[in-house]
Amino acid sequence: MQIVEILVGITLLIFAFLAIESKKIINSIIYLSILSMLSVISFVFMKAPDVAITEAVIGSGLVTAVFIFTLFSIKKVGDKK
Amino acid sequence: MKRLIAILLVGVLGFFIFTNLYSEGNGKVFPKFGEVKISERVSDKFVKKNVNGNVTTVEYKVTKDAESGSANMVTSIVVNYRSFDTLGEVTVLFVSALGVGLLLSGKSRMKFKTPPNFILKAAVRVVAGIILITGVYIFIHGHLTPGGGFPGGSMIASAILLFYISDDEFKTKVKAFKFLEGTAGSLYLIFGLLGLTMGGYFLYNFIPTGVVGELLSAGIVPIVYIFVGLKVGSELSNLISDFLSEEGK
Repeated sequence: MQIVEILVGITLLIFAFLAIESKKIINSIIYLSILSMLSVISFVFMKAPDVAITEAVIGSGLVTAVFIFTLFSIKKVGDKK
Repeated sequence: MKRLIAILLVGVLGFFIFTNLYSEGNGKVFPKFGEVKISERVSDKFVKKNVNGNVTTVEYKVTKDAESGSANMVTSIVVNYRSFDTLGEVTVLFVSALGVGLLLSGKSRMKFKTPPNFILKAAVRVVAGIILITGVYIFIHGHLTPGGGFPGGSMIASAILLFYISDDEFKTKVKAFKFLEGTAGSLYLIFGLLGLTMGGYFLYNFIPTGVVGELLSAGIVPIVYIFVGLKVGSELSNLISDFLSEEGK
Protein backbone atom coordinates (compact mmCIF):
# COMPACT_ATOMS: atom_id res chain seq x y z
CA MET A 1 0.00 0.00 0.00
CA GLN A 2 2.83 2.34 0.85
CA ILE A 3 4.34 1.87 -2.63
CA VAL A 4 1.08 3.04 -4.21
CA GLU A 5 1.03 6.07 -1.93
CA ILE A 6 4.58 7.01 -2.91
CA LEU A 7 3.78 6.48 -6.61
CA VAL A 8 0.73 8.74 -6.34
CA GLY A 9 2.85 11.33 -4.55
CA ILE A 10 5.52 11.28 -7.25
CA THR A 11 2.95 11.59 -10.07
CA LEU A 12 1.38 14.47 -8.13
CA LEU A 13 4.73 16.27 -8.16
CA ILE A 14 5.25 15.51 -11.87
CA PHE A 15 1.85 16.88 -12.84
CA ALA A 16 2.35 19.95 -10.63
CA PHE A 17 5.59 20.61 -12.49
CA LEU A 18 3.92 20.04 -15.88
CA ALA A 19 1.09 22.41 -14.95
CA ILE A 20 3.60 25.18 -14.31
CA GLU A 21 5.80 24.46 -17.28
CA SER A 22 3.40 23.74 -20.16
CA LYS A 23 3.31 26.33 -22.95
CA LYS A 24 -0.44 26.26 -23.64
CA ILE A 25 -2.75 27.43 -20.84
CA ILE A 26 -5.39 24.84 -21.73
CA ASN A 27 -2.83 22.08 -21.14
CA SER A 28 -1.95 23.35 -17.71
CA ILE A 29 -5.66 23.51 -16.81
CA ILE A 30 -5.98 19.83 -17.76
CA TYR A 31 -2.85 19.01 -15.74
CA LEU A 32 -4.35 20.81 -12.73
CA SER A 33 -7.50 18.72 -13.12
CA ILE A 34 -5.42 15.53 -13.17
CA LEU A 35 -3.54 16.83 -10.12
CA SER A 36 -6.71 17.25 -8.10
CA MET A 37 -7.98 13.83 -9.24
CA LEU A 38 -4.73 12.27 -7.96
CA SER A 39 -4.99 14.21 -4.72
CA VAL A 40 -8.45 12.67 -4.29
CA ILE A 41 -6.72 9.27 -4.25
CA SER A 42 -4.18 10.44 -1.72
CA PHE A 43 -6.94 11.92 0.47
CA VAL A 44 -8.65 8.53 0.48
CA PHE A 45 -5.33 6.95 1.52
CA MET A 46 -5.09 9.46 4.35
CA LYS A 47 -8.59 8.42 5.48
CA ALA A 48 -10.32 11.73 4.80
CA PRO A 49 -13.33 10.76 2.62
CA ASP A 50 -15.13 14.05 3.31
CA VAL A 51 -12.29 16.08 1.86
CA ALA A 52 -11.93 13.59 -1.01
CA ILE A 53 -15.55 14.03 -2.13
CA THR A 54 -15.29 17.82 -1.94
CA GLU A 55 -12.01 17.83 -3.85
CA ALA A 56 -13.40 15.49 -6.54
CA VAL A 57 -16.42 17.71 -7.17
CA ILE A 58 -14.96 21.19 -6.76
CA GLY A 59 -11.26 20.73 -7.57
CA SER A 60 -11.50 18.62 -10.67
CA GLY A 61 -15.01 19.50 -11.83
CA LEU A 62 -16.18 23.02 -11.17
CA VAL A 63 -12.83 24.82 -10.91
CA THR A 64 -11.66 23.30 -14.21
CA ALA A 65 -14.88 24.43 -15.87
CA VAL A 66 -14.57 27.95 -14.46
CA PHE A 67 -10.93 28.15 -15.63
CA ILE A 68 -11.86 26.99 -19.14
CA PHE A 69 -14.77 29.46 -19.41
CA THR A 70 -12.45 32.25 -18.28
CA LEU A 71 -9.90 31.19 -20.89
CA PHE A 72 -12.60 31.25 -23.60
CA SER A 73 -13.75 34.76 -22.66
CA ILE A 74 -10.16 36.05 -22.53
CA LYS A 75 -9.57 34.71 -26.06
CA LYS A 76 -12.76 36.34 -27.30
CA VAL A 77 -11.69 39.78 -26.10
CA GLY A 78 -8.29 39.24 -27.70
CA ASP A 79 -9.86 38.36 -31.05
CA LYS A 80 -11.81 41.61 -31.24
CA LYS A 81 -8.72 43.81 -31.41
CA MET B 1 17.05 29.60 -14.85
CA LYS B 2 13.36 29.87 -14.00
CA ARG B 3 12.97 26.18 -14.79
CA LEU B 4 15.88 25.29 -12.52
CA ILE B 5 14.40 27.26 -9.62
CA ALA B 6 11.04 25.57 -10.16
CA ILE B 7 12.62 22.11 -10.17
CA LEU B 8 14.55 22.95 -6.99
CA LEU B 9 11.41 24.26 -5.25
CA VAL B 10 9.37 21.20 -6.22
CA GLY B 11 12.20 18.95 -5.08
CA VAL B 12 12.49 20.68 -1.71
CA LEU B 13 8.71 20.53 -1.20
CA GLY B 14 8.62 16.85 -2.12
CA PHE B 15 11.56 16.14 0.20
CA PHE B 16 9.80 17.77 3.14
CA ILE B 17 6.51 16.02 2.41
CA PHE B 18 8.11 12.60 2.18
CA THR B 19 10.47 13.01 5.12
CA ASN B 20 7.64 14.22 7.32
CA LEU B 21 5.26 11.48 6.22
CA TYR B 22 7.60 8.51 6.30
CA SER B 23 10.37 9.39 8.74
CA GLU B 24 10.73 7.26 11.79
CA GLY B 25 12.60 8.03 14.97
CA ASN B 26 13.12 11.26 16.81
CA GLY B 27 12.63 13.87 14.13
CA LYS B 28 9.20 12.81 12.91
CA VAL B 29 6.41 15.32 12.67
CA PHE B 30 3.41 13.18 11.80
CA PRO B 31 2.96 9.84 13.55
CA LYS B 32 2.32 6.82 11.34
CA PHE B 33 -1.21 5.64 10.67
CA GLY B 34 -2.33 3.42 13.51
CA GLU B 35 0.28 4.71 15.93
CA VAL B 36 -1.67 7.78 16.99
CA LYS B 37 -2.81 7.83 20.59
CA ILE B 38 -6.40 8.80 19.93
CA SER B 39 -7.30 8.88 23.61
CA GLU B 40 -5.01 11.90 24.01
CA ARG B 41 -6.74 13.92 21.30
CA VAL B 42 -9.73 16.21 21.45
CA SER B 43 -11.35 14.38 18.52
CA ASP B 44 -11.84 11.33 20.74
CA LYS B 45 -14.28 13.32 22.83
CA PHE B 46 -16.16 14.34 19.70
CA VAL B 47 -16.30 10.71 18.51
CA LYS B 48 -17.77 9.66 21.83
CA LYS B 49 -20.27 12.49 21.41
CA ASN B 50 -19.43 14.24 24.63
CA VAL B 51 -17.24 17.11 25.63
CA ASN B 52 -18.59 17.34 29.16
CA GLY B 53 -16.41 14.54 30.56
CA ASN B 54 -18.59 11.48 31.13
CA VAL B 55 -17.41 9.33 28.22
CA THR B 56 -19.35 6.20 27.29
CA THR B 57 -18.94 4.02 24.22
CA VAL B 58 -21.23 4.83 21.32
CA GLU B 59 -22.80 1.95 19.40
CA TYR B 60 -24.30 2.26 15.92
CA LYS B 61 -28.11 2.07 15.86
CA VAL B 62 -28.21 1.47 19.65
CA THR B 63 -27.08 4.59 21.47
CA LYS B 64 -29.88 7.02 22.16
CA ASP B 65 -29.84 10.74 22.87
CA ALA B 66 -26.12 11.32 22.35
CA GLU B 67 -24.88 14.86 22.72
CA SER B 68 -24.64 15.54 19.00
CA GLY B 69 -26.20 12.40 17.52
CA SER B 70 -24.59 12.41 14.08
CA ALA B 71 -22.77 9.23 13.05
CA ASN B 72 -20.23 11.18 10.97
CA MET B 73 -17.75 12.92 13.24
CA VAL B 74 -16.85 15.63 10.72
CA THR B 75 -20.48 16.68 10.40
CA SER B 76 -20.98 16.78 14.14
CA ILE B 77 -18.06 19.20 14.39
CA VAL B 78 -18.86 21.30 11.33
CA VAL B 79 -22.62 21.71 11.79
CA ASN B 80 -23.13 21.14 15.50
CA TYR B 81 -20.12 22.33 17.50
CA ARG B 82 -18.88 24.89 14.98
CA SER B 83 -22.11 25.76 13.18
CA PHE B 84 -21.48 29.49 13.47
CA ASP B 85 -18.26 28.94 11.54
CA THR B 86 -20.24 27.18 8.79
CA LEU B 87 -22.61 30.15 8.68
CA GLY B 88 -19.57 32.33 8.07
CA GLU B 89 -18.37 30.03 5.27
CA VAL B 90 -21.77 30.19 3.58
CA THR B 91 -21.61 33.98 3.84
CA VAL B 92 -18.13 34.02 2.27
CA LEU B 93 -19.45 31.94 -0.63
CA PHE B 94 -22.42 34.30 -0.97
CA VAL B 95 -20.17 37.36 -1.08
CA SER B 96 -17.90 35.81 -3.71
CA ALA B 97 -20.88 34.77 -5.86
CA LEU B 98 -22.24 38.32 -5.45
CA GLY B 99 -18.93 39.75 -6.63
CA VAL B 100 -18.88 37.49 -9.70
CA GLY B 101 -22.50 38.43 -10.42
CA LEU B 102 -21.77 42.15 -10.17
CA LEU B 103 -18.71 41.92 -12.41
CA LEU B 104 -19.74 39.39 -15.04
CA SER B 105 -23.50 39.04 -15.31
CA GLY B 106 -24.86 39.96 -18.70
CA LYS B 107 -28.02 39.67 -20.72
CA SER B 108 -27.17 37.15 -23.44
CA ARG B 109 -25.51 33.77 -23.24
CA MET B 110 -22.00 33.10 -24.48
CA LYS B 111 -22.00 30.78 -27.49
CA PHE B 112 -19.34 28.12 -27.96
CA LYS B 113 -17.28 28.13 -31.15
CA THR B 114 -18.13 24.51 -31.94
CA PRO B 115 -21.78 23.67 -31.24
CA PRO B 116 -22.34 20.67 -28.92
CA ASN B 117 -23.11 17.49 -30.86
CA PHE B 118 -25.84 14.91 -30.46
CA ILE B 119 -23.83 12.36 -28.48
CA LEU B 120 -22.98 14.91 -25.79
CA LYS B 121 -26.61 16.03 -25.56
CA ALA B 122 -27.96 12.49 -25.19
CA ALA B 123 -25.26 11.43 -22.74
CA VAL B 124 -25.82 14.46 -20.53
CA ARG B 125 -29.55 13.74 -20.34
CA VAL B 126 -28.74 10.27 -19.03
CA VAL B 127 -25.96 11.28 -16.64
CA ALA B 128 -27.25 14.58 -15.23
CA GLY B 129 -30.23 13.01 -13.46
CA ILE B 130 -27.99 10.54 -11.69
CA ILE B 131 -25.63 13.33 -10.65
CA LEU B 132 -28.55 15.42 -9.32
CA ILE B 133 -29.90 12.51 -7.27
CA THR B 134 -26.42 11.73 -5.92
CA GLY B 135 -26.00 15.35 -4.87
CA VAL B 136 -29.33 15.35 -3.05
CA TYR B 137 -28.46 12.01 -1.41
CA ILE B 138 -25.12 13.35 -0.23
CA PHE B 139 -26.53 16.40 1.49
CA ILE B 140 -29.49 14.59 3.05
CA HIS B 141 -27.22 11.85 4.43
CA GLY B 142 -24.51 14.29 5.50
CA HIS B 143 -24.77 13.26 9.16
CA LEU B 144 -24.46 9.52 8.40
CA THR B 145 -21.95 9.18 5.56
CA PRO B 146 -19.00 11.29 4.39
CA GLY B 147 -20.11 14.37 2.53
CA GLY B 148 -22.56 17.06 3.43
CA GLY B 149 -23.98 20.33 2.25
CA PHE B 150 -20.98 21.73 0.42
CA PRO B 151 -20.08 18.72 -1.77
CA GLY B 152 -23.75 17.88 -2.35
CA GLY B 153 -24.55 21.42 -3.41
CA SER B 154 -21.58 21.62 -5.73
CA MET B 155 -22.60 18.27 -7.26
CA ILE B 156 -25.98 19.80 -8.13
CA ALA B 157 -24.16 22.78 -9.62
CA SER B 158 -22.01 20.43 -11.71
CA ALA B 159 -25.19 18.81 -13.13
CA ILE B 160 -26.39 22.30 -14.10
CA LEU B 161 -22.95 22.92 -15.63
CA LEU B 162 -23.37 19.79 -17.78
CA PHE B 163 -26.71 21.13 -19.04
CA TYR B 164 -25.03 24.43 -19.89
CA ILE B 165 -22.23 22.69 -21.82
CA SER B 166 -24.49 20.32 -23.72
CA ASP B 167 -27.16 22.78 -24.79
CA ASP B 168 -26.47 26.10 -26.46
CA GLU B 169 -29.90 27.49 -25.64
CA PHE B 170 -30.11 26.31 -22.02
CA LYS B 171 -30.70 29.07 -19.53
CA THR B 172 -31.78 28.41 -15.96
CA LYS B 173 -34.56 30.30 -14.37
CA VAL B 174 -32.18 32.68 -12.64
CA LYS B 175 -34.88 34.32 -10.57
CA ALA B 176 -35.99 31.00 -9.09
CA PHE B 177 -32.41 30.15 -8.18
CA LYS B 178 -31.87 33.52 -6.51
CA PHE B 179 -35.09 33.05 -4.55
CA LEU B 180 -34.01 29.55 -3.44
CA GLU B 181 -30.60 30.83 -2.40
CA GLY B 182 -32.03 33.65 -0.30
CA THR B 183 -34.70 31.46 1.30
CA ALA B 184 -32.28 28.70 2.26
CA GLY B 185 -29.83 31.19 3.77
CA SER B 186 -32.58 32.92 5.75
CA LEU B 187 -33.97 29.60 7.01
CA TYR B 188 -30.52 28.70 8.35
CA LEU B 189 -30.50 31.96 10.30
CA ILE B 190 -34.09 31.41 11.47
CA PHE B 191 -33.14 27.96 12.84
CA GLY B 192 -30.24 29.61 14.63
CA LEU B 193 -32.57 32.16 16.19
CA LEU B 194 -35.04 29.38 17.18
CA GLY B 195 -32.16 27.74 19.02
CA LEU B 196 -31.43 31.05 20.70
CA THR B 197 -35.00 31.31 21.99
CA MET B 198 -35.32 27.64 23.02
CA GLY B 199 -31.87 26.68 24.31
CA GLY B 200 -30.19 29.96 25.05
CA TYR B 201 -27.46 29.68 22.39
CA PHE B 202 -27.41 30.76 18.76
CA LEU B 203 -27.74 27.62 16.57
CA TYR B 204 -28.50 25.46 19.62
CA ASN B 205 -29.42 21.85 18.76
CA PHE B 206 -32.95 21.97 20.21
CA ILE B 207 -34.53 18.96 18.44
CA PRO B 208 -34.02 15.57 20.23
CA THR B 209 -31.07 13.74 18.69
CA GLY B 210 -32.57 10.24 18.44
CA VAL B 211 -30.73 6.99 17.77
CA VAL B 212 -27.24 7.29 16.28
CA GLY B 213 -27.20 6.08 12.65
CA GLU B 214 -30.84 6.62 11.69
CA LEU B 215 -31.91 9.08 9.02
CA LEU B 216 -33.94 11.24 11.39
CA SER B 217 -31.31 11.73 14.04
CA ALA B 218 -28.83 14.43 15.07
CA GLY B 219 -31.50 17.09 15.67
CA ILE B 220 -31.12 20.17 13.50
CA VAL B 221 -27.97 18.92 11.75
CA PRO B 222 -29.67 17.26 8.71
CA ILE B 223 -32.11 20.16 8.38
CA VAL B 224 -29.31 22.71 8.40
CA TYR B 225 -27.29 20.62 5.94
CA ILE B 226 -30.25 20.48 3.54
CA PHE B 227 -30.42 24.28 3.65
CA VAL B 228 -26.66 24.57 3.15
CA GLY B 229 -26.83 22.14 0.21
CA LEU B 230 -29.66 24.04 -1.50
CA LYS B 231 -27.92 27.36 -0.91
CA VAL B 232 -24.52 26.21 -2.20
CA GLY B 233 -26.08 24.46 -5.20
CA SER B 234 -28.12 27.45 -6.33
CA GLU B 235 -25.26 29.83 -5.59
CA LEU B 236 -22.70 27.90 -7.66
CA SER B 237 -25.24 27.44 -10.47
CA ASN B 238 -25.72 31.22 -10.53
CA LEU B 239 -21.95 31.64 -10.58
CA ILE B 240 -21.62 29.32 -13.59
CA SER B 241 -24.40 31.11 -15.44
CA ASP B 242 -22.65 34.43 -14.72
CA PHE B 243 -19.41 33.07 -16.13
CA LEU B 244 -21.21 31.96 -19.30
CA SER B 245 -22.96 35.25 -20.00
CA GLU B 246 -21.77 38.27 -21.87
CA GLU B 247 -22.95 41.83 -22.05
CA GLY B 248 -24.03 43.63 -25.17
CA LYS B 249 -24.78 41.86 -28.44
